Amino acid sequence: MNIVVAIKHIPSIADDLPVKGNNVDFDSVDFVLNECDEHSIEQAVLVKEAVGGTVTVIGVDMIGELDNALHLALAKGADKAVKITGDDPAADSHMQAKWLAEAIKGMGANIVFAGVQASNDLDGQIGPMIAAYLDMPYIGGVSSVEATGDSATVNKEFAGGVGAKYSVSMPLVAGVQVCVKPPRYAPMSKVRQMAQTATIEKVAPSGDSSSGLVFKKMAPPVVTGHAEMIEGSSKEVAKKIVELLKSKGLA
Amino acid sequence: MAGPIKAKFVEKEHAIVDGVDISGHWNRMFEQRVITEYTPELIEKIADLPNAESFANCYQCAKCVAVCPVDVVGNYGPRKLYRYAQTGMDLTEAPELWLCTTCANCLRVCPKEVNMVKIMPAAREEAILQGKFVPAELQQAFENTAKSGNPLGQPQRKRDAWIQSAGVPVPIIKDLGRKVSVLWYVGSYPSYHPRGIDAAAAAARIFNALGIDFAILGKEEKDDADSQRLAGEKGLFEMMTEQNIETFNKYEWDEMVVTGPHELNAFKNVYPKYGFERPVVHYSTFLARYLDQLKPLLKHSVKKKITYHDPCYLGRHNGEYEAPRKLLEAIPGVELVEMQRNRENGYCCGGGGGGMWMDSFTAKHTTMRLSEKRAMEAASTGANVLAVACPFEVSRFTDAVKSTGNEHVDVLDILELLDRSMRGEQ
Repeated sequence: MNIVVAIKHIPSIADDLPVKGNNVDFDSVDFVLNECDEHSIEQAVLVKEAVGGTVTVIGVDMIGELDNALHLALAKGADKAVKITGDDPAADSHMQAKWLAEAIKGMGANIVFAGVQASNDLDGQIGPMIAAYLDMPYIGGVSSVEATGDSATVNKEFAGGVGAKYSVSMPLVAGVQVCVKPPRYAPMSKVRQMAQTATIEKVAPSGDSSSGLVFKKMAPPVVTGHAEMIEGSSKEVAKKIVELLKSKGLA
Repeated sequence: MAGPIKAKFVEKEHAIVDGVDISGHWNRMFEQRVITEYTPELIEKIADLPNAESFANCYQCAKCVAVCPVDVVGNYGPRKLYRYAQTGMDLTEAPELWLCTTCANCLRVCPKEVNMVKIMPAAREEAILQGKFVPAELQQAFENTAKSGNPLGQPQRKRDAWIQSAGVPVPIIKDLGRKVSVLWYVGSYPSYHPRGIDAAAAAARIFNALGIDFAILGKEEKDDADSQRLAGEKGLFEMMTEQNIETFNKYEWDEMVVTGPHELNAFKNVYPKYGFERPVVHYSTFLARYLDQLKPLLKHSVKKKITYHDPCYLGRHNGEYEAPRKLLEAIPGVELVEMQRNRENGYCCGGGGGGMWMDSFTAKHTTMRLSEKRAMEAASTGANVLAVACPFEVSRFTDAVKSTGNEHVDVLDILELLDRSMRGEQ
């Protein structure tokens, strides 16, 4: 089985997001792997462990620091790592989807995994667009994948706790929301070993695309209200909560 | 011949070891004694790991169980681990693997020097390398340390943001551009945790008042990762150690003062193996040298009944019991009372050996948190302040006094108490 995982490096929100001009100040923010992509890598490695094959992890190098994420993926069980030398921290998901599709095109993938969305833009377009460019079916909201021969059984989540099981023919693109198991831990000794021994293939970005969106202004959200702490004994607190609910017409 | 066999699983009438029959005379008791044979594989599996050899030394005397802090709130203890391994438990796959806090009280009383402080990290490392179960919260702390340089997952560039709350100059060694007598390693929790920052700010004010020529590493400081090592992530510890030693050696300084006992343990006892041998002291040891200069600064009376909790890594691991008490006794108005378990037999807060990041996991296997047990012991002395000297403890005990209904006990670092006496209640 030839498995490809498309990953996305995004600005970390552990810190206050610094703004410069009409976009994020990319020079003063850390980049991290998108959380859905961590699940996506785990799901890919689980499929490989079940049926055999190779896992290739590929991503756009936004600020020249993607190697860390790729070494981590290799330590978790991926076999090959590829980075597209984008060097444009502002490249949007449409641009990245085009570059990724062009690079994945010749890989002969049976399954392409992509995180269903990324927390920086919540755009959710990388998976579907890769599928469109490569003329493959796409299924999103994926919470488990079992591959057998030339088809896969995929669980997809819908709103309100509803799920459905699909049988999908391969090749396919799966937008992973969550892996069937929590992502495994890669011991640092393995990660460092990968950093010293693994080779990361470099690919120049090819093609052009854009979401068409123009950033006019970006600003941190304005704090408008604060939480009110209700003091007193548990009885007093309960009484105040009931009063509050009544005053809002909720009780 | 022997009388009737008492139970079905009685295995042997004779036990012969190295050609010597050790069975004893058949009528030494009323019946032949029970001789049972066990397979040693699961004991050897642990004892064969580098640094875990002493696991095989256990002869089941159980002195360790009597002093094990985890056994007080559960069913645990080094002797039991050996027995469980004898009867079929693979330690690398059992929840027991993660309960030890490496407090070292068992080692203190063990006649066979079974050293859990070395055994547990080795067994945990094996579990991690083999891809076995690792508690999710602990994984998060490991990942945070690797990614952000601290287990809290806070951004590196904000490591020195706490300085603003000190209200006194806190020089950064890089900006100073000269040799200092004291390099103060602040630590992750004093740099980022809201209650830890209170202690860091207090220390900065005390150092300033004493006129100490000090500086900090600021944004270059990274976690010591000693607790991550004890939790089994040796590779992560080694990576952080290489980075830290490089940073420490970039600058000229005479002595390093650390806020936390875990950092003391790392830099003083473990870093020498990696080529770093420079003087490191805990702040309590350091400040106790300045008692004569400190006393006139302690102008305000702090009328509190205080009990002091010995941090395992300051006390048992590094032998410092007196300096913290001397500092507390120097504060006018303070009445110092001892908990029953103190000094060498001090009870563990549950934060060591990675326990700091396994509270939810541990809660599933114990009747209460170790910190809660200790908070109750502190309250039972009638003290209204529980004084601590380890940055893990302020947040642990602050939660524990609340959850055990002892909110009348304030949890304060010795630094905060000294600062209060210096400046009065703010």
